[in-house]
Amino acid sequence: MATITVDGRNFDVGSDKNLLETLLWLGFDLPYFCWHPSLGSVGSCRQCAVKKIQGENGDRSQLVMACMEPTIDGMEVSIQDKQASEFRANVIEWLMLNHPHDCPVCDEGGECHLQDMTVMTGHAYRRSRFKKRTHLNQDLGPCINHEMNRCIQCYRCVRFYNDYAGGDDLQVFSAHDNVYFGRHQDGTLESEFSGNLVEVCPTGVFTDKTLKSHYTRKWDLTSAPSVCHHCSLGCNILAGERYGSLRRILNRYNPEVNGYFICDRGRFGYDFVNAEDRILVPRERDRSEVILESSPIIASLKTALASGEVKGVGSPRASLESNFALRELVGSDNFYNGMSGGESELVQLALDFLSNGPVKSTSLTEIEHCDAVIVIGEDLTNTAPMMDLALNQSVRVQPLEQLGQVGIPEWNDAAAREYLQNQKGPLYLLMPQPSKLSRIATKSFRRGIPELIRLLSEITGLLDPSNGPTKVQQPASGSPNAAREADETVKEIAAALATAKRPLVIAGTSMGSLPLMQAAINIAIALHRKNENTRVSFVFPECNTAGAAMMEEKSLPAGQLSGTAPHTLIVLENDLYRRGTPNQIDEFINRFKQVLVLDHSETPTTARADLVLASGTFAEADGSLVNHEGRVQRFIQVQAADELVLESWRWILKLGKLVDNQKLTAYSEFDHLVDAIEQGCVQFAGIARTSLPADYRVHGQRLTRAPHRYSGRTSMFANHSVSEPRPPQDQDSPFSFTMEGHPGIPPESATSHYWSPGWNSVQSITKFRSEISRGRQQSDPGVRLIEPSGKAYLEYLKLAQTHDHQWQLVPLHHIFGSEEMSIKSPAIAARSPEPKITLNSAQAEEHGIKAGSTLAIIIDDQETALPVQLDADWPTDHIGITAGLPGLPYMEGNSIVQLKPPGNEN
Amino acid sequence: MMRTDGAPLSIQEYEQQGGYQGLRKAFQFNPEEITQMVKDAELQGRGGAGFSTGTKWSFVPMGKSAPETKYLIVNGDEMEPGTFKDRLLLEGNPHQMLEGIIISAYAIQASEAVIFLRWAYKMSANRLARAISEAEQAGYIGKNILNSGFNIKVSIHTSVGRYMCGEETGLLSALEGKRSLPRAKPPFPQISGLFGKPSIVNNVETLCCVPHIMDKGPNWFKGLSNGDGGGTKLYGASGNVRNPGIYELPLGTPLNELIEVHAGGMIDGYQFRAALPGGASTDFLTTEHLEVKMDFKSVSACGSRLGTGTIIVLDDRTCPVGFVHNLEHFFAQESCGWCTPCREGLPWVEKILKSIEDGEGQQEDLGVLQEHTVGLGPGMTFCALAPGAMAPLKSALKYFKTDFEAHIQQKRCTYKNN
Repeated sequence: MATITVDGRNFDVGSDKNLLETLLWLGFDLPYFCWHPSLGSVGSCRQCAVKKIQGENGDRSQLVMACMEPTIDGMEVSIQDKQASEFRANVIEWLMLNHPHDCPVCDEGGECHLQDMTVMTGHAYRRSRFKKRTHLNQDLGPCINHEMNRCIQCYRCVRFYNDYAGGDDLQVFSAHDNVYFGRHQDGTLESEFSGNLVEVCPTGVFTDKTLKSHYTRKWDLTSAPSVCHHCSLGCNILAGERYGSLRRILNRYNPEVNGYFICDRGRFGYDFVNAEDRILVPRERDRSEVILESSPIIASLKTALASGEVKGVGSPRASLESNFALRELVGSDNFYNGMSGGESELVQLALDFLSNGPVKSTSLTEIEHCDAVIVIGEDLTNTAPMMDLALNQSVRVQPLEQLGQVGIPEWNDAAAREYLQNQKGPLYLLMPQPSKLSRIATKSFRRGIPELIRLLSEITGLLDPSNGPTKVQQPASGSPNAAREADETVKEIAAALATAKRPLVIAGTSMGSLPLMQAAINIAIALHRKNENTRVSFVFPECNTAGAAMMEEKSLPAGQLSGTAPHTLIVLENDLYRRGTPNQIDEFINRFKQVLVLDHSETPTTARADLVLASGTFAEADGSLVNHEGRVQRFIQVQAADELVLESWRWILKLGKLVDNQKLTAYSEFDHLVDAIEQGCVQFAGIARTSLPADYRVHGQRLTRAPHRYSGRTSMFANHSVSEPRPPQDQDSPFSFTMEGHPGIPPESATSHYWSPGWNSVQSITKFRSEISRGRQQSDPGVRLIEPSGKAYLEYLKLAQTHDHQWQLVPLHHIFGSEEMSIKSPAIAARSPEPKITLNSAQAEEHGIKAGSTLAIIIDDQETALPVQLDADWPTDHIGITAGLPGLPYMEGNSIVQLKPPGNEN
Repeated sequence: MMRTDGAPLSIQEYEQQGGYQGLRKAFQFNPEEITQMVKDAELQGRGGAGFSTGTKWSFVPMGKSAPETKYLIVNGDEMEPGTFKDRLLLEGNPHQMLEGIIISAYAIQASEAVIFLRWAYKMSANRLARAISEAEQAGYIGKNILNSGFNIKVSIHTSVGRYMCGEETGLLSALEGKRSLPRAKPPFPQISGLFGKPSIVNNVETLCCVPHIMDKGPNWFKGLSNGDGGGTKLYGASGNVRNPGIYELPLGTPLNELIEVHAGGMIDGYQFRAALPGGASTDFLTTEHLEVKMDFKSVSACGSRLGTGTIIVLDDRTCPVGFVHNLEHFFAQESCGWCTPCREGLPWVEKILKSIEDGEGQQEDLGVLQEHTVGLGPGMTFCALAPGAMAPLKSALKYFKTDFEAHIQQKRCTYKNN
């Protein structure tokens, strides 16, 4: 603790922060540019100058940069000091010498930190009569727009991109007042986190190109707090809409999930909401609009429900509420979680271990503090991108401990990085495929799945020699050198994990291998016996995989439906053709007399439906998702949907009324469903705390989706009519769809847009963040539903057999393309890879397969042909195939892959 | 100790003149004693700051707990306009500096020394490379030097040529292959320097003093001086003087003696008007300061800095506005672009000065210039480049204000015809 004096007033503060952060925390407005809460201080912009009062009568007082000063007990500073204020205005004057005076037409305008800081310092009059320097801009790809003339050289972009996110294709060039931030030549920014430049840049150099393509003034965006739907991590986002189309995604600060950043899939993958293939009208097979009340399909659904002949298939990409409603409609015996059998088995094992085992699952930000990490079979950059970013921080944990001995505070970023150089703490990658993370990993150990399982068991044995599983006696494949290397690596990994303070095991479902996940669990058990701060993290495929699996154990019953054929199939937001081969799914669907599908976008499954109900996307619906760690989070509807588009759960409630379902008839609002889940499903206890109830009011007023600066009080349909009809009313959340409502800063967890008096940009987050700003917290961290009981997993798991197919399939996921919805965004599609097959070079040669040739293969019963890429480090007998992109066959890790014999061209 | 024909002293010639005796004596002391001797000799850093060299060394972590790798870096990036003293030492007697390096490295127990050279000093680089190989063969550089158990590796790095590389921490960044950006202190380079290891950066001339302190003792060295601080100093003079050049004289030699006696006085037809005492980044001294002793303390008392001790003389026929504009053009170009006041302020200053010199100046310009001398002053900017750049401007505005005003009023440079 420290007591400091600011302009004559005393404050008790912590002493671990720099002075700038302390002053912001105290609520003072002090302008800054180069400092960022996640990036620390470098002292380059000179904007946060304050007077440090020293000496008798202050005669040794001097200006200091607050960001570079430690907060020291007894220090006295003045923000209002004349010299300090004048200097801060001078800094703006200097920055403005070359900054364009184009605010009225600049796409950053109104949400620009530079504008805010300029106003804050009071600088208003241009004294220079000289010309401004100009730059050429670059084409940085489909996501980021570049306008270098606006640059004020705060260096945040390169510090985020390179130092924080591990990129290397954004650099600073030239010198003096000609400094240039860009790439060595035009081209798409390669980092998976490039979109954060939009928020990191304090002005309009890097802006969101997707927003630009359907631009609207930022104060005219209607926004709501939401949760990203594009992987299992559940990053918090702010989604902004105007005139019925979704315009952009911003990061929403969550101290326990994504902090200040999100990945590019999350930021630019939203355009599926606006896509051509949206289903906007409920329809029958012949594409005619349906009137439910008079539909014969509904009539026969009612009969079938009464006799228990309706099967409901839920979905790992639909909300808990929608899954729950469907389960209530069809009954739990007839409800399935919508995953394939193989996937569901893995997810159930992971969730069971997290609930009943001894080891706690880690939050995303907690990963940043783990000091030794082993990643098993997950290409995180592509399956859980923000974990990649978190690991970029965790590898610094061990080196950062050395700073204390030389008295460098952690926030002194340049000094810390200089002192530590490129030292990295332990990070081990064990998987067959290459990983982008290998650039920061201690070792990237690429082996085939059976050998990985064997090595993992050996690590477990080394960690716990007394109780470890018996060594799996399998000869190591390859040369004696390879065997020796494996042996040394196993010892090295075991030692690194055993000596760590907070070791972490990361595994997941993407290899589709049960024994691999079991082996990972065994390591976690062994580590936990040594160190109860051991953490584990499982990566799942979809945004609500955990929620759907917790709701229902039964997976998609493709092969299991025998006996009497049931009557009706209801599919909730799920493309079954991504869960099985076309033959399997066709056979499954064909058994039913009628098929109802609820979805927001056309899929091969909706094409098979007799009745399609038009669901809302995350932007048009409220709901809850359970992320990879078991944290349930609420997403709030952003935009009023078309009249005939309803949330899936609302469609199901409607169906419930039509078929006289007693339970569903009792529910009419979102909160009813939340309460029913809270009371009816013990595994979801706590869900009601995830956000404010719909009847929440501040001084009798709703919270607002539109900021108070919105152009026109209720002009949300000005594109159709200027008469300002009555805006839609929201029964499900406390937010109005307009600017009408509480004009002040909303309570925690309910921030729909960033604003604080004088702060109109995302930087106003520093006025809220609890660690920075007293009193308020910007966002609700959600509720963790799963904590380890430690009742089970007292013994090590006996490993299942690996399959003995000739080829082990390695599905190659890609951040841009493998996820079903985000690929519909043009910006994501433009960055998606060319599908390919990867084989071991030597083995391919044996088969006479050449790099670049097209190879025909059979995956289960599906034929496909893809170009071949060879990799000398690729494990033999393993075949890597790009997964999830449109047009590619369904596959899972245990799919059977055969090379198509030559000469069978027909 | 130099040859008159400009060729470097060979190792034999250097040894005949008593070279490497200081090194032999140094190994009779432990490192801390050497540091103390350098302190006692009152050797002040000759790069321009004048900080006590021994004190600087004493901040380096010593003993068993100290990091294994430590660096001694030689700052030979002599980029200060008007300064050419280090070049003379590098080209004329490279072994003298090498001996200084080895002794200094021993004093701080550095395992590696790097000589950072100005890009244009190719002859220095060649002569140093040869001297290093001679010294290696003679057993002065390498493992277990003179059976002392001390090892040192010496290498040369030639810069790509930026003024920033002469700044202590900018030099370290450049050596690491990064942009030559300055670093905030603390941490000081003695704690976290090159590649994050303890490092000392010393100027060429500073290190050349060290062998003599070892050989003849601190008291002898201290006694050489005629002012505050010990030893002799390489003074230089440029401008319209009769004998421009470099002169080794006792530290504290008065300015008028330097100009009138050693530089031979002004060329006929030119009058002394003012001088920058130690390179482009020092304040003008004028006729009222001619008596000043040219040592760090005395020059500071006159509101300037001794700097590198290489005087640039301004005469009565040279336009001070043009003179200062020329300097500010240099500084504006050499700003690294890291901090706002320097990156943006210097080009503005340069443009205003050009405008005044071109007869387009406005009365408000003088106020803007004056503000910059404060806003780009010490503590406001990240490193000392901009404060250095403001030194000649600030003093010019003080001493030559009438010239600036005449330019603005007459809308022309008053030193040019018509």
